[in-house]
Amino acid sequence: MRQFSQLLDGLVYTRSRNAKLNLIAAYMRDAPDPDRGWALAALTGNLDLKAVKSSAIGEMIHARTDPVLYEMSRDYVGDLAETVALLWPKREDQPAELDDGSLSLSAVIDRLLGLSRAAAPDALAQMMDHLDSSGRFALLKLATGGLRVGISARLAKTGFAQGFGLDVDDVEQVWHALTPPYTALFDWAEGRTGRPDPEGTPYFRPFMLAHPLEADSVDLNDYAAEWKWDGIRIQIVGTGQETRLYSRAGDDISDSFPEIADAFTGHGVLDGELLVRGDFQGGEAASFNALQQRLGRKAVTAKMMADYPAFVRLYDLLLDGDEDLRALSWTDRRARLEAYMPSLASDRFDLSAVIDAPDFEALADIRAGARDAAIEGVMLKRRDSPYVAGRKAALWYKWKRDPLTADCVMMYAQRGHGKRSSFYSDYTFGCWTAEGELHPVGKAYSGFTDEELKWLDRFVRQNTVKRFGPVREVEKTLVLEVAFDSIHDSKRHKSGVAMRFPRIARIRKDKPAAEADTVEGLKKLIS
Amino acid sequence: MAHWIEPHPTGIYVRPADAWIDPSLPQERALVTHGHADHARGGHGHVWATRETLAIMALRYGTASGTAVGYGEDVRMGGVTIRYVPAGHVLGSAQIVLEHAGERVVVTGDYKRRPDPTCKPFEPVPCDIFVTEATFGLPVFRHPDTGSEMDRLLAALHANPDRCVLVGAYALGKAQRVICELRARGHHDAIYVHGAMERMCALYQDFGVDMGELRPATGVAAKDMRGHIIVAPPSALNDRWSRRLPDPITAMASGWMRVRQRARQKNVELPLVISDHADWDELTDTIRQVAPTETWITHGREEALLHWCMTHQIRARALALVGREDEDAG
Repeated sequence: MRQFSQLLDGLVYTRSRNAKLNLIAAYMRDAPDPDRGWALAALTGNLDLKAVKSSAIGEMIHARTDPVLYEMSRDYVGDLAETVALLWPKREDQPAELDDGSLSLSAVIDRLLGLSRAAAPDALAQMMDHLDSSGRFALLKLATGGLRVGISARLAKTGFAQGFGLDVDDVEQVWHALTPPYTALFDWAEGRTGRPDPEGTPYFRPFMLAHPLEADSVDLNDYAAEWKWDGIRIQIVGTGQETRLYSRAGDDISDSFPEIADAFTGHGVLDGELLVRGDFQGGEAASFNALQQRLGRKAVTAKMMADYPAFVRLYDLLLDGDEDLRALSWTDRRARLEAYMPSLASDRFDLSAVIDAPDFEALADIRAGARDAAIEGVMLKRRDSPYVAGRKAALWYKWKRDPLTADCVMMYAQRGHGKRSSFYSDYTFGCWTAEGELHPVGKAYSGFTDEELKWLDRFVRQNTVKRFGPVREVEKTLVLEVAFDSIHDSKRHKSGVAMRFPRIARIRKDKPAAEADTVEGLKKLIS
Repeated sequence: MAHWIEPHPTGIYVRPADAWIDPSLPQERALVTHGHADHARGGHGHVWATRETLAIMALRYGTASGTAVGYGEDVRMGGVTIRYVPAGHVLGSAQIVLEHAGERVVVTGDYKRRPDPTCKPFEPVPCDIFVTEATFGLPVFRHPDTGSEMDRLLAALHANPDRCVLVGAYALGKAQRVICELRARGHHDAIYVHGAMERMCALYQDFGVDMGELRPATGVAAKDMRGHIIVAPPSALNDRWSRRLPDPITAMASGWMRVRQRARQKNVELPLVISDHADWDELTDTIRQVAPTETWITHGREEALLHWCMTHQIRARALALVGREDEDAG
């Protein structure tokens, strides 16, 4: 257990992505079987334990300690699992801060898998006695069903792949054919057997991605134009028996959008944009803001599905049945997709329209005139291009709508992480209300050059008026020109608006703060 | 009981001796337990302290007039017998043992019970009134073995030869202890120290604490510090000062590092739970050992220790002294 608990501690404290990958890679190489397979399942969110309720943990600790001391400790520490892990009084004959090595991760998992809810507290208590505080923390997090170490399934798989010099996309391909503790995966990774065969399982295929358009124009004889929708890119994989939905990162998000997974019963692989229908759009695709209500939720309520019904706007057809279409040209795939559409439920699937423009200039006009909240820009796809993984030069381009901008006043600054931990690099900025107050309208931590960052950092240090832990409030004198993709109503923000992807476009040293924009003005930009 | 000793928010007053223990305001006669700023202030008329503590105060506040008191030596003051006994906290730290009218009072200042190569170990003195600190007075604070924490530090250093490990450690006591513990584990490479702690390290060396080769971190090229340990005050960890270092792994040596969220708030990647204060078990074991009739708790998380005393039939009270406890000193 110690190897695993040390890995979790490392992941909690490490900020840099590369350092996290190194930790995972080293663990996957060094840890014994089947521990590392269970660890991989836990890190990728594929460990399906009957979660122990936190009330059971509360009972467990009350039976062992003075409840007053426990409550005082809980108040101080905050997190329940951490409080109990730190506080746990071991039996007199056990050294408090030693993992005696008698419990392997797989032994812990075996035990947890076989437990009834009623038997859980006693079994947990017995295991706690053999662990150190990190081990107890890991055990309680496993038992309650959420590690929360800030890594995605994709990052865990990337770390695993890195550990054995594999391509993470190859790992993705076989992943869904396997179950914890992934013995076949480790056998393949260490060269004992061939690659596991994913056929017959709904596995993920790497997405084809686009470069930003940098040229002034392209020839529309060579490139087809379609709208770039502002939802999340999604892949629908069906075997006829089973359907799964994958995000761009290859994470399985079927459980978050069950109405889509249920509506697709076909056999094939489709690429599209997941959107929700909004009331305000008369049943049309709503803005990303509406979709956000559905993201990152594991359990979906009927109300969520009714309020924010999801559908997919399709871009491409990768496989039709077992027939792989990816080597075909876009033109041929598009024809196959159009032919495929009638087999799909029309309330859950529609076709992303191709934009009919005689030439690039006309396209530019159409793009400039697009007012639909769900449009993020235009995609340009080479008509003769196959569907290939990743970003390949000159095949697909994304041509985003020009960003909106506003002049805002810096209000607060916070230190960044990692290499930026000595810099005030995260800025909260505001606009003026009718009453002449500044209300925060957004937060940005990108868009500036290294030189500008140094200047901003110095400004923050020299103009601090108050400190709140890692945050400094500054003199309201500096105007920042902020660029953002779109702006929406928000009940969560005092100003009533929320920006999508705000970044610092320019530092307006020349502009007096009083001349910055107003919240009213920003509201007029809401699409 | 012991009407001759009075707790005040600004310190403990010993009436027959007309002297204050660790007063937070300037006083004519001050008995000082150790050199940390929340116990040793400048501006007193006359100070009684160990030779080491006087030297530390001289370094921090300029020369003050003082009387050096050796460990175990008796000092008579207005009918009170005063003795300084090692507290095991930092170099020169002492508990002040006071005897008067047939009663014995022990004021610990700050203390710990585990070995520290830079100072003499705590000596328990049975007493009637035990005045204890409670910095880590919650049962969640249980410091692990120092050796295992140092091993983690060295493992991180050796696993990252192209980086450096920046250890945040309080400039008086913790920094020197960490360096000595590293030496004791066979780490003999030069260790770089932040400018703010150079003079304190020199003072320790003058008192015979061998810290091996120390180099100033100022004016050194980043590439020369690769693969080395750099020790700096906690305030420098996220400061502009640290930008000059070669991709540092940020470590911090403090008892507070036991709580994950505390470490994360400070951007610490390698939390080292090394403390100069007694942890919960040391606090409660010490109270049992000196078996006082009454326990006074000066500062820290006193509610929990107070509760523990009550449930163990020990009379106790919390004093609520002002201005104590610098978080970084944990």
